[in-house]
Amino acid sequence: MRILLIEDDREAAGYIARGLGEAGHVVEVAGDGETGLELAQSEQFDALIVDRMLPRRDGLDVVATLRGVGDTTPVLILSALGDVDERVRGLRAGGDDYLTKPYAFTELMARLDALARRLHPGQARTRFRVGDLEIDLLSRSVRRAGRSVPLQPREFRLLEYLMRHAGQVVTRTMLLENVWDYHFDPQTNVIDVHVSRLRAKIDRDFDRALLHTVRGAGYMIRDEADPAS
Amino acid sequence: MTRLTRLLRTSTFRLSVVYLGLFVLSVVTVLAYIYLNTSVLLARQTNETIDAEITGLAEQYRSGGLQSLVRIVAERSRSRDGGVYLLSAPGGAPLAGNISAMPPSDDDFDWIEFAYRSPPAGDAGEPETGTALARHFRLAGDFRLLVGRDIGAQRNFEALIRSTFIWALGLTLLLGLVGGLMMSRGFLARIENMTRTSQTIIAGDLSRRVPIAGSDDEIDRLAGSLNDMLDEIERLMAVARQVTDNIAHDLRTPLSRIRARIEDVLRSRQDEETYRAVLRSTLDDADRLLATFNALLSIARIESGVDRDALATIDVSAALADAVELYQPLAEDAGIGLAVEISDGLKARGDRQLIGQALANLIDNAIKYSTPVAGRDARQPAPAVAVSGRRVGSRLEIIVADNGPGIAAADRGRVFTRFVRLEESRSAPGSGLGLSLVAAVAKLHGGSVRLDDNRPGLRAIIDLPAAD
Repeated sequence: MRILLIEDDREAAGYIARGLGEAGHVVEVAGDGETGLELAQSEQFDALIVDRMLPRRDGLDVVATLRGVGDTTPVLILSALGDVDERVRGLRAGGDDYLTKPYAFTELMARLDALARRLHPGQARTRFRVGDLEIDLLSRSVRRAGRSVPLQPREFRLLEYLMRHAGQVVTRTMLLENVWDYHFDPQTNVIDVHVSRLRAKIDRDFDRALLHTVRGAGYMIRDEADPAS
Repeated sequence: MTRLTRLLRTSTFRLSVVYLGLFVLSVVTVLAYIYLNTSVLLARQTNETIDAEITGLAEQYRSGGLQSLVRIVAERSRSRDGGVYLLSAPGGAPLAGNISAMPPSDDDFDWIEFAYRSPPAGDAGEPETGTALARHFRLAGDFRLLVGRDIGAQRNFEALIRSTFIWALGLTLLLGLVGGLMMSRGFLARIENMTRTSQTIIAGDLSRRVPIAGSDDEIDRLAGSLNDMLDEIERLMAVARQVTDNIAHDLRTPLSRIRARIEDVLRSRQDEETYRAVLRSTLDDADRLLATFNALLSIARIESGVDRDALATIDVSAALADAVELYQPLAEDAGIGLAVEISDGLKARGDRQLIGQALANLIDNAIKYSTPVAGRDARQPAPAVAVSGRRVGSRLEIIVADNGPGIAAADRGRVFTRFVRLEESRSAPGSGLGLSLVAAVAKLHGGSVRLDDNRPGLRAIIDLPAAD
């Protein structure tokens, strides 16, 4: 992916650019809002990472300006302001996701991947398949190897989110935000317990595991025998 | 500014001046009304009397001629009932009457007001003088007749009313001003007292309080709420001081641990695996510190009340059910049974995230401190934690109860303070901020949280105002 990073903290920018480079992305860095906006408008990017507070032009203003001229490139906003209403303000300005500083690099990567995936059509899909696991959003049914797997409503939403992001790392915070709509940190491993329950239902009776734990990052649903998924 | 100008500038004084102005205006109106009415009435009476007499005399003149008129006029002149008469011959010589001369006037039938002088009656001393209102006529042969009445009494009466008028006005003004000044002085003294007290407080003595007179008037109420405000400020400052101390202590400990660990690994050469392990545990510690900072910041933000505008009507039943659902698997894994009893349709004005976090904190604590109770079915433990939500009148009552060791009654108030962790729970994970957050959230929503004995265990009760 070609990514534009607009961040005035040079150390943080260098650290993010290095990490993204190692993950195989091409990164352009702009040190202030004005330069960032010019770059975003003159070149094509797959995703934008925008710090909220920037010299010369505020981050939210950059995003709002881009959205105003019809630019739909996915935007991840980084901010030291973490309250829910700040977050709402960020998303209202046109940001697609909002990440509060300080964050783990894996969190940034996971969210960026999830954003880039939105580029591709898939929102309208109602069936997802990973290996021999299938989820049908219309009939609200889950089948593995042809056998029906009964799930609780929350487990269903959890699986749906994981399946929508199949092959990508999904962090605990992303699950908490998107499956439970909670924007705080419960400080306990509640999410892990929910995931292990889901895993017991979809993986335990089968020889190949699909729901994997990514150490230090989160979870990923993926069929390792099938590199395409 | 002198004391007097300060007194004259008080709002009480200005108010009494305005009031006095209105009062004087109404006094003037009433007195003027009385004066005008009385004088008009008196004047009309005089005129009517004079006219009636003229009619009588005219009849006498017509029937008896001049001689009869002279007799009647002379007769009436003696009666001393306030009548004024003069009948004069051509050339002005008086024929009969009780005044010495005709007033200068040419017009017939004209009303005239004049000062008269009456000739000495008989032998007795001095001539009388007075003011009279009269009409005069020319009769045939240039005889002249004047008929009138003395109006001295009427004029005296009018003068009396006028002077009463002026005295009343003067007294009203004087009493009003003096009263206004005295009232303002009392008011000013109390306000000055409050000003002096506030200046002492600004100078640093926060223990001072505004004096209360005990009359329960508006100034007393103002003083009362100022004192309440000062109490709250003093309390907040004490809390702030304690929080600072606690932050210093609770953050210094992990920071020194991180520092010691890094120093240790730098001093002694180690293999890469050890370095990695040290870095990993340092990262964990840093994350914990950040979480603590975030929790502190959000408590401070909630307590400052800036989120109050963002409150909307939320479904508390659903928020409670969501929180329970989030923790259900965790409780089951720990062998803790959850008994849940939530009434439908509980609504409150609030923030779903904050309410959710407060409920999560309470349920998390309850599960952490409970001990499993074996049920009849080995896989289904008996409830050790009970969560309930119901409406009581216009309030919502949310109860999270556990069967753990509980908290001694003496410590129950203290655990809401930031970083306060009881000795018994020092070993359990946690930052000591969970209950502070619950208390801050409850307060933001216009409610409260209290702890009770669950016999055995702890019962946390959140009380919130219900919304319809």
